[in-house]
Amino acid sequence: MRWINRFPGRPLAVVLMALPFVLVLIAYSLGSEARRAVNPADKLLPPPTEIVETAISVTTEPDRRSGQILFWNDTLSSLKRLLLGVTIGALIGLTFGLAIGLFPVAQSLLGNFVAVLSMIPPLAILPILFIMLGLGEVSKVALIAIGITPFLIRDLAARTSELPTEQIVKAQTLGASSFVIGLRVALPQIMPRVIQSVRLALGPAWLFLIAAEAIASESGLGYRIFLVRRFLAMDIILTYVIWITILAFLLDWLLRQASLRLFPWSEAA
Amino acid sequence: MSFVSVTDISQSYGGRVIIENVNTEAAEGEFISIVGASGCGKSTFLRLLLAQERPKSGEIRIDNAPPAEEPGLDRGVVFQRYSVFPHMKVRENIVAGEALRSRWGRFFGSDLKAARKRADETLARIGLDHVADNYPATLSGGMLQRLAIGQALTSKPRILLLDEPFGALDPGTRLSMHGFLQDLRAETGMTVFMVTHDLEEAFKLGDRVLVFDKPVWDPDDPNKYGATITYDFDARDGGIPFQRLQEETNVLQEH
Repeated sequence: MRWINRFPGRPLAVVLMALPFVLVLIAYSLGSEARRAVNPADKLLPPPTEIVETAISVTTEPDRRSGQILFWNDTLSSLKRLLLGVTIGALIGLTFGLAIGLFPVAQSLLGNFVAVLSMIPPLAILPILFIMLGLGEVSKVALIAIGITPFLIRDLAARTSELPTEQIVKAQTLGASSFVIGLRVALPQIMPRVIQSVRLALGPAWLFLIAAEAIASESGLGYRIFLVRRFLAMDIILTYVIWITILAFLLDWLLRQASLRLFPWSEAA
Repeated sequence: MSFVSVTDISQSYGGRVIIENVNTEAAEGEFISIVGASGCGKSTFLRLLLAQERPKSGEIRIDNAPPAEEPGLDRGVVFQRYSVFPHMKVRENIVAGEALRSRWGRFFGSDLKAARKRADETLARIGLDHVADNYPATLSGGMLQRLAIGQALTSKPRILLLDEPFGALDPGTRLSMHGFLQDLRAETGMTVFMVTHDLEEAFKLGDRVLVFDKPVWDPDDPNKYGATITYDFDARDGGIPFQRLQEETNVLQEH
């Protein structure tokens, strides 16, 4: 039988899904054990048990100086920045994407401009943001928004112009104005695409968030990782990395569920 | 004066002449089928009737109004596909037929209630009342086209344009759609232009059948000459109208 025709049964599929995770864990544990065998004080590859202990202590024990649990504090400030930046980027992307996709004049005016803008590496303008907006929250949120907006505009403009001409013509024969076509025909059909595009943009958004926090911040997941790097605190770094991965995964999952719930018609098609 | 008048229409895209010197007239309430080989410009002609494109030369007038610059309420249309809004439930698609022309494109309060009630009546007439709360994606091809026609008719267009409306349907469904369209037409007396590939369908439904073809063919440059109307058949009585004429004149009739 050809491999393209072999489908794993349910139990095998679960085993296969777990396999890479287990292999990575085993490889890590073996490496950690090997290093500890040579040097009991090795800091580079702390064994999984030690990471779990660290994870428990950072998530439950308050900081001696501030009395707060830094882990949750960091999570809160990072998520605030991320969600604010992504929301702003999505709103701008949706507005301009719809306009460029629907109106030929807007396409002529902004199409190439946005294409050029999207070529600017966002991290290269981070210093400009720090100079102009200061080292506070605004510059970090701005970096995330600026980083993902050109992609969102281009993606949503493409999706809008992919709407079948037939529908747009039909709406005109029913007397719809440009505004009504945008509001009642294009916007609702683009909304599921907004969620899809945002899911794609979340990866870069995390990148910009951690980069901005690493350079200038007083709290945040990225800030903490780069801070404890000075003490080679691999156990804390790994705890945070795993946590960021879980958060990213959860956000993605939430968006997917929201799309299924809010736009049932788009899944049926 | 005829209801729809088409005068010296030509259309070309970048030196490629699609149709030229098209002249025809249609009376109010006529059903005109348009047939022709692929790429003979019949869909182009329909887009011109729809005012989705403007002709290179010539003009199309409906009821002597100035030529339209863009599609509007006076022209209704049903395409082969994508004619309904996938994000609206079946009932809302019918309501949208009335609501899209309003300022915000939707009705509120008592207007909405009244429009929904009218929509339910329309749905009952076109046999879709049992799926009023479904999304179009769950409907069969024939149901979708019935919905599209019902939606187009809610805005009471002066002419209805059909672009191969039954081209994607299986033969059985197609037959029942013919009956549906004939009933609807008997009820409303609307003027219809229908592009189709199916000659039988063209003669069955139409009062007239227009055939598009290229009268001149340049072997060196096939794009030099465009297509035009080469035949204009009277399609009433199954395409043999003279039979009736003769029966009326020459056959002894009871008094």
